Amino acid sequence: MGKRIGMEVGIAAAEAVGLCNIDVAAVYPITPQSHIAEHLSDIVHDGRIDAEFITVESEHSSISACAGASATGARVYTATSSQGLMYMHEVLPIVSAMRLPVVMGNANRAIAGPLNIWNDHSDIMNQRDCGWIVMHAENGQEVIDMTIQSFKIAEHADVMLPTVVNMDGFQLTHMIEPLEFPTQAEVNKFLPDRVPYATLHPDKPVSMGCFNMPEIFTETMKVKDSVLINSKKTIIKIWNEWGKQFGRNYKPVETYKTKGAETLILTVGSMGETASVAVDELKKAGKSVGLVKLRLWRPFPLEELRAAIKGCKTLIVMDRSVTFGGIGGPVATEIKSLIFHDKDRPRIVNYLMGLGGRDVTVEDFITMVERAAKKKDETYEFYGVRE
Amino acid sequence: MNTVENFEIFAPKLIDKRELFSPGHRACQGCGEVLALRLIMKALGEDTVVSNATGCMEIISTAYPHTAWEVPYIHVAFENAAAVGSGVEAGLKALRRKGKIADRYVKSVAIAGDGGTVDIGLQALSGAMERGHDLAFFCLDNEAYMNTGIQRSSATPFMAATTTSPAGKAIKGQRTGKKNVPEIMVAHNIPYVATACPSYPIDLMNKVEKARNTKGPSYVHVFSVCPTGWRGASNETIKLGRMAVETGFFPLYEVEDGKYRLTMEYTEKRRPMEDYLKLQGRFRHLDPADIVKVQALVDKEFRKLMHKVETSVPWSE
Repeated sequence: MGKRIGMEVGIAAAEAVGLCNIDVAAVYPITPQSHIAEHLSDIVHDGRIDAEFITVESEHSSISACAGASATGARVYTATSSQGLMYMHEVLPIVSAMRLPVVMGNANRAIAGPLNIWNDHSDIMNQRDCGWIVMHAENGQEVIDMTIQSFKIAEHADVMLPTVVNMDGFQLTHMIEPLEFPTQAEVNKFLPDRVPYATLHPDKPVSMGCFNMPEIFTETMKVKDSVLINSKKTIIKIWNEWGKQFGRNYKPVETYKTKGAETLILTVGSMGETASVAVDELKKAGKSVGLVKLRLWRPFPLEELRAAIKGCKTLIVMDRSVTFGGIGGPVATEIKSLIFHDKDRPRIVNYLMGLGGRDVTVEDFITMVERAAKKKDETYEFYGVRE
Repeated sequence: MNTVENFEIFAPKLIDKRELFSPGHRACQGCGEVLALRLIMKALGEDTVVSNATGCMEIISTAYPHTAWEVPYIHVAFENAAAVGSGVEAGLKALRRKGKIADRYVKSVAIAGDGGTVDIGLQALSGAMERGHDLAFFCLDNEAYMNTGIQRSSATPFMAATTTSPAGKAIKGQRTGKKNVPEIMVAHNIPYVATACPSYPIDLMNKVEKARNTKGPSYVHVFSVCPTGWRGASNETIKLGRMAVETGFFPLYEVEDGKYRLTMEYTEKRRPMEDYLKLQGRFRHLDPADIVKVQALVDKEFRKLMHKVETSVPWSE
């Protein structure tokens, strides 16, 4: 294990990729992902790793090139953000349907319009139904760890699915944090070479991406759904392997001081750190509050979430994007529908906050918790909006 | 006119009997595009990986669980064949260099129709060519979106009727001429650009062979007669392809190292466009004055090409 060094998280993400013996990267620059693109090209151009770096002309082509490269059996990485992810959208469900492992780093940023380059989760939430494994990092160390883990997850014979590691744009990508890198030997031990199921090679010709008639399409969709659901087992297994080797443990749903708490805050991504400070302060003031952090978004960890919120009276879901048209935020909406029939389910209060880079401070979390206690219904609120 | 050049590379007797694009696919009767594809695959050989765009050739060949492809094949989407082909090339290159696959040269090729090349696929194509991938791109141009029901593309010829450029009372068909994509490819400074047509099979295969052997990006624009979309007779596909060349509407040429060369010389007067137009229902609304306009446009484009043929010199000289 190496010693801790101070490094910007975006650069650290590229360094983590550099440890994974990738064969091909296809990356198009976009704020706030650009430091990943820049630093990864440094690593390739300095000859530190043996890989092809494709300087694609768009994100649509970056994900398309990743699909082609992954189909040859290569280990493949891309990174993007916001409009770039939206531009990839068409290809995302094709990559998952073709069972092509690709690892993507996504620097979460608001989607236009209006144009806004700062952080929220609207980019990834708009990709909800693409059949990818979707996970969120809370801090820089998690970005490094989850990037390395994701290659093993995505390429695993029981999974073979593209995987996206979300890191909040600026809030995380541009922070300089004390970080610990595993050594190359340690990564080599953890992450074996990819063993592809089928590849594009004349020694054994296969046809990939054949179209489906109505007689078979439904079955393909069912398989796609069950493969993603079943991937949770492998994800947890690989996270446990990581924990054993590196001593840092990862779970689909993380909890912080939830024991006996009447009110739980639920966060996704980097705001979990701020929320945990708020929980400490609220506890000091005698409030019965805890924190639940959703690391895995797809496959949705329902059992783990149920266990984490068991017994709480109020669940305050912090959504960093909007499902427009009267139902609130995507995270709250899903949780509401998933636990709708559960006995003694908590009341769910939903805040839409931290949109387009709006800061959410410890004080904001405290205010939201206090205000939630007074709410009677389950409607949502745009927190901090100036009327 | 109509003589076959370059015997030294392909001669009918020497053409491989094996079909890498196998029979049993679902193409229309008289399809010029699938004929081109069959010849392209013969010339490419088995050490080839095909990245195909959505379109006629994709849907006629790969209805799951069937496939007509005897070579490794991937289809991802409509507009990205060149990008997928870039990724295939990069993947094969890296894996070969790192000793993870056999140390043997395998060509990455991308194949798309005119829509997937000149319209929605143009950006991905430009990117792939500009980046210098070792990628051969084949545009199978049947001059409209045939797969979706004969809608106009920017490769549809002037005044042709399609379902979105109909022969109306006010506007008589397509209002513009063909976008000159081979010329756009030349502007990318790539080593090899050519036009071809399966009515000239040996010429087509020679050009495919040259594209295959080009180390770097290459582009071949293949004129592919579509009896269904052109409202022509399915037994006149070869004839229509020949007429397109004989009229000078679709001259066969190649651009190597920037030097233009006709591979089918015009020793006699070019055939009038009227001969070509009258065999196709998509042009049946044309009156004599319209035919004069079409002829004028073809003459202009032909003169532009001939100027380049006569004056261009190899870039490296």
